[in-house]
Order: sequence, then structure tokens, then C-alpha cells
Amino acid sequence: MPKTKKDKQGHRDQADLHRSLLRTALLIRRFEEKTAEMYALAKIAGFCHLYIGEEAVAVGAIGAAREDDYVITTYRDHGHALARGVEPKRIMAELFGKATGVSKGKGGSMHLFDVSRHFMGGHGIVGGHIALATGMGFAIKYEKRDQVVLCFFGEGAVPTGAFHESLNLAALWRLPVVYICENNRFGMGTPVERSSALYDIAHVARAYDMPFHHLDGMDILESYKHMSQIIKGVRSAKRPIFVEAQTYRYMGHSMSDPAHGHYRTKEEIDAQKSRDPIQQLKQHLLEEKQIDEKAIRLMEEEIDGIVQDAVKFADESPDPPLSSLMDDVYVD
Amino acid sequence: MPILAYREALNQAMSEEMRKDPSIFLMGEEVGFYDGAFKVSKGMLKEFGPMRVVDTPITEAGFTGVGVGAAMVGLRPIIEMMTFNFAILGLDQIINNATKLHSMSGGQLKVPMVFRGPNGSAKRLASQHSQSLESLYCHIPGLKAIAPSTPKDAKGLLKSAIRDNNPVICFEAQALYGTKGEVPDGEYTIPIGKADIKREGKDVTLIAWSKMLLLCLQTADFLAKEGIDAEVVDPRTLRPLDMETILESVKKTHRVVIVEEAWPYGGVSAQISDRIYYGGLDDLDAPIERVCGEDCPIPYAKNLEEAALPSSEKIIAAVKKVLYLK
Ligand SMILES: Cc1ncc(C[n+]2csc(CCOP(=O)(O)OP(=O)(O)O)c2C)c(N)n1
Ligand SMILES: [Mg+2]
Repeated sequence: MPKTKKDKQGHRDQADLHRSLLRTALLIRRFEEKTAEMYALAKIAGFCHLYIGEEAVAVGAIGAAREDDYVITTYRDHGHALARGVEPKRIMAELFGKATGVSKGKGGSMHLFDVSRHFMGGHGIVGGHIALATGMGFAIKYEKRDQVVLCFFGEGAVPTGAFHESLNLAALWRLPVVYICENNRFGMGTPVERSSALYDIAHVARAYDMPFHHLDGMDILESYKHMSQIIKGVRSAKRPIFVEAQTYRYMGHSMSDPAHGHYRTKEEIDAQKSRDPIQQLKQHLLEEKQIDEKAIRLMEEEIDGIVQDAVKFADESPDPPLSSLMDDVYVD
Repeated sequence: MPILAYREALNQAMSEEMRKDPSIFLMGEEVGFYDGAFKVSKGMLKEFGPMRVVDTPITEAGFTGVGVGAAMVGLRPIIEMMTFNFAILGLDQIINNATKLHSMSGGQLKVPMVFRGPNGSAKRLASQHSQSLESLYCHIPGLKAIAPSTPKDAKGLLKSAIRDNNPVICFEAQALYGTKGEVPDGEYTIPIGKADIKREGKDVTLIAWSKMLLLCLQTADFLAKEGIDAEVVDPRTLRPLDMETILESVKKTHRVVIVEEAWPYGGVSAQISDRIYYGGLDDLDAPIERVCGEDCPIPYAKNLEEAALPSSEKIIAAVKKVLYLK
């Protein structure tokens, strides 16, 4: 890439792009560490599912997408929203249940929406949103647009009917959807070996004659590189693709589930942490001299500031007015 | 009498019945290795093994149908739904198959199956995870529906449900699982279709089930301080309804408030109210009041969620209304 011209995402060169991917991943990590703290202080309640450990998938995929491509995901949605550029303070305000939250305090952690950024939500019913993504793909085809849909879901959604019906439809009708399975090895306390008859999850796409890819979901640069090609392919070939990103969640299923104990050991988690996506990328950029320690420190300080501001904003924001209870039930 | 938690009472009901009848099995998400998403089936995998305590993938439509199919050829499944919000995925199997097969086959087939799990809101879970859906089920002929509010009722009613030869829906609640109460020693059942007076009173009849029953008992104490003596009736079974007990109470108090967590439109409370008007109109001294969830999806924000659900304040206001008090 020439040094002076910026690419579509506004990066001057490859090092600039890599730093920006690192920055997004770090923002997600710090934001969610703070989220866990705020949950412990009861500023946040209900179900709250952290993405810590899995950042490479959303950072790579959404980083590789065009701004007008649609993103839709599950309840584990903070990372995707941040990667899409949704304002951290309005996400934190949503987690706090405040009027200034992206969903006006009505959705909470599981239901972040920012339609202006084509962030089509966090969804709570496993599998259901996969059909919604397919419908967005249908609309894109219908209107002869050239966007694609990035649809994220856990491996736990692969056995659902909505998943299979959607894949068949998307393949049959050639819809521009990237189905991204975030295989973090567990659906709540159930390891994938006990939920899927397929040993190799990606092979499910074969049933629908859909191309598929395996992706190292712990490697931000690989995720970005492959997703760029995949999205380009879907956009030009106008047909769906299935991606299995092999990743790992460090935390419990939700804030009410301990990280380890019942269904996995601390040793297993520690082993995965040795491939931490953020550490790997930092290391790589340092080795390649694309960043130095000082720049990393500055980046971390900047992000800490953003996260602090987000908490302050959320804390100081008003509760939604009681009069808003019946708002938005119907469109006026 | 031993004191048990609601979840332990359910566990005892299932375990005791499973010890006696090898055709009974429990199936659902996280019921085995994880000991139940809400620990209702704690220890059951260990006792009964993986053929009888069966973990499933996230496939509600599939395993609800598997339950129906197994029941068609002689087994007696207990299908646990992680919550009733997800049970919606299995609703097709309930409506189109479980409740039709006996009649559609001219009585040749039966579906002795229990479909159970937590229903309703459970603090800040937002609109997809907070729904009270009993009226959807109660609408359907061929189904029975129970909604126990105490550990004793939970055990006795679930046993009856397991022994029943029809599909029975059991509505539990996350907020109830940890609540404790006396449970009789030894064998007992509580018949399906029998209401229970949970508190005797003479001024007004409060009708509620499941978690709302506890709210009504608490509210009855507040009312007592104001000199209002409320009777609290727990239908316990939502279909078939024990109108005899309810009408008896109406005859005594002449005033009725029905409390239901679900939305007002087409709710079970509307059905009960209809039956009271039909069978007890002459006994009423005031129109029936219904206190329901507000007619909107349940929001996440604390203040909005509280405002969306029935509360003591709302119940007291309704009681004063039927008593024509300011
Ligand atoms: C239809 C449905 N059934 C059950 C649940 C409860 N539930 C929420 S998350 C989850 C596990 C999902 O695992 P996976 O798809 O692998 O996603 P992950 O949480 O690992 O990101 C379950 C069973 C649900 N939300 N929706
Ligand atoms: Mg998973």
C-alpha cells in the first residue's frame, strides 16, 4: 500500500491498520473488564455475557467489512458493537439501563442496537437471529445492493432448526451472508462434543453445498486477512459462506456462571490464555517494529480514558423516564 | 415436616416417580452434567444415568417432538425447558402434535408427558427472557396446566402431572426455586384441578398463582394493617380451573382482584374473570379488577421493569377500588 494514500478504512499503511486492529481489541478487552467490575458493583444487572478471549473474531471480521455491511449477533454482543464503532459510552449507558443507552435502557447487555451503524442487534434466543440475517441478505439481493451481512453465532446454535433452515435458504437463493460460527467450545456448560454430531463443525455447510472456511479465532491478523478475502468473495460471487472461527471464552458463560469448576478446568483456560489474541498481536507488532512499548502505553492510556469516560457518562445519565414505558411498543 | 426449597421439592417429585417407573425419563438442556440450569435436577444424572437424564443440544423444537414421539410408543417423558421463552420453539410440537394425537387418532394414541420449566420475569433479563406465557398454553384443549406456588404444591402437583396420561405443562419460576416451605414426609400427591385457599379472609378475594401468589400473601399482610381482611386463593391448576373453590370464596367476600404477571390481553385472569361473571355475578358487589403486567415488552432498566410488573401498590389500589375505598 502506498504510504500517503489511505485505504477504505482510513489506514495509511499496513502498520497503521495493524495498530488500529490492536486498538479495537484492546478497547473491547478493557471495556469488558470494566463491565465485570461494574456488574460486581450492581451497576449492571441481568444476564451479561463477556467476549473476553474471543476478540479476534469480531475485530477481524468487522474490521474487514465495509461500514454499510450489516452486523448481527447474539447476546454476547459488546465486542461486536465496539468493533462496529458504536460509542462506548452509549453501550455502557445501555448496560447501566440508562436513557442515554443505545437502546434507551430497554435492551441491556444482550440487546445492543445501533441501526445507524448497521449494527442490527444482540439477540437472546439462540438461533433465531440467523434467520434474520438471512432475511437481510434477501433484502440486499431484492434491491440489488452490494452489501453483505455478517452473522455471528455460537457453535451452540448450529444444532437449531433456524440455523439449518437459514443455511439451506441462503444457499438455495444465493444470499450474500457470511455465517460466522464462533466456536468457543462450549454452549453454557455443554462442550461441543456433546452437542454436535459433526466433529468438524464447518462441514455442516457441505449439506447445503455452501463453501466453508476454518479460521483461527485467536489470531487477530489471520482473522482480518481471511475475513477480508471471504467478504470480498461473498460480495462478488453473491453467495453465502460459512466460517468456523475456533476461539475460546475465558470467562463463565455469563456473569452468573463461574469461569471454571463444573465443566472445565482452570488449566484448560490457562492453556488457552497462552495464545491470547491481544498478547500475540502486541508481540508481533513489536517484533515487526510496527509499534513500540511507548506507543502501546499511550494506546492503553487512551483506551483507559475512553472506558473511564464511558462509566462516568453512564453513571451520570438519567434513568429512562417512567413515561417511556409504553413508548416504542408500536410504531406511531 | 421437613423444610425444602421449591427446587428440591421438584427434584424429589421427579426422582421418586422415576424410581418407581422405569418408563419415566428427564430430557432438556443442561439437566445432566450441569445438574440443571437452575439446579432442579441436581444429582439426578448420578442416580439415574445418562439414558434417563438426557442432556440435549439447543434444539427445543426437536427434543419437544422427541418427547411426544417417545410418549406415543409408551415412555413417559419429562421435558425440561430452560425457560418458557425458549419453549416457544417447542410450542409447535405441543400445539400441533402433543395435544392433537389422542383425539386425531380416535383415542388410539396418548401422550403422557410433562413439559416444565421457569416462566416469567427474573430481574433485569429484558424482553426476550422475561415473558409469562401461560395463557398461550391454557388456550389449547388437550393440555393441562399447573402453576404451583409453594414447595409442597410443587411436589404434589408435579407427581400428579407425571402420573397423568395427558400432556401437562408445569409453570415454575426462577424466583420460586430458592423459596422454602414445609413438605410432608412420605408419599402424597395433590390433584390437578384443585384450588387451595392460601389465606382465609372475608373482605376481598385475591386470586393468583405461581410467584404472584407470594406477592398476594405479602400484600394481604399490608392490607391487614389497614384493616382489610383479604382471602388469597391459589388456583394451582390453570387448566382445568377449580371454579367451585373460587366461586365459594366470591360468595363469601363479594369482591375479587385477580393478579397475573402476564400481559392483560387474553390473559388467564381474563378467563377466570369471565367464569366468575358467568357463575357468580349475583355474588359480586363490585366489578372484578385485574392487576396484570403492563401491556408492553418487559424493559431492562430497573425502574421500567418494576413499573411493568404487578406490585403490592397496584394490588392495594385495585383492592381499594373494589371496596370503593379512597
Ligand atoms: C432457544 C434458546 N434456548 C436456550 C437458550 C439459553 N441459552 C442461552 S446461551 C446458551 C448457550 C449458547 O451457546 P453458544 O451458541 O455456543 O454461544 P456462546 O454462549 O458460547 O457464545 C443457551 C443454552 C436460549 N437463549 N435460546
Ligand atoms: Mg459456544
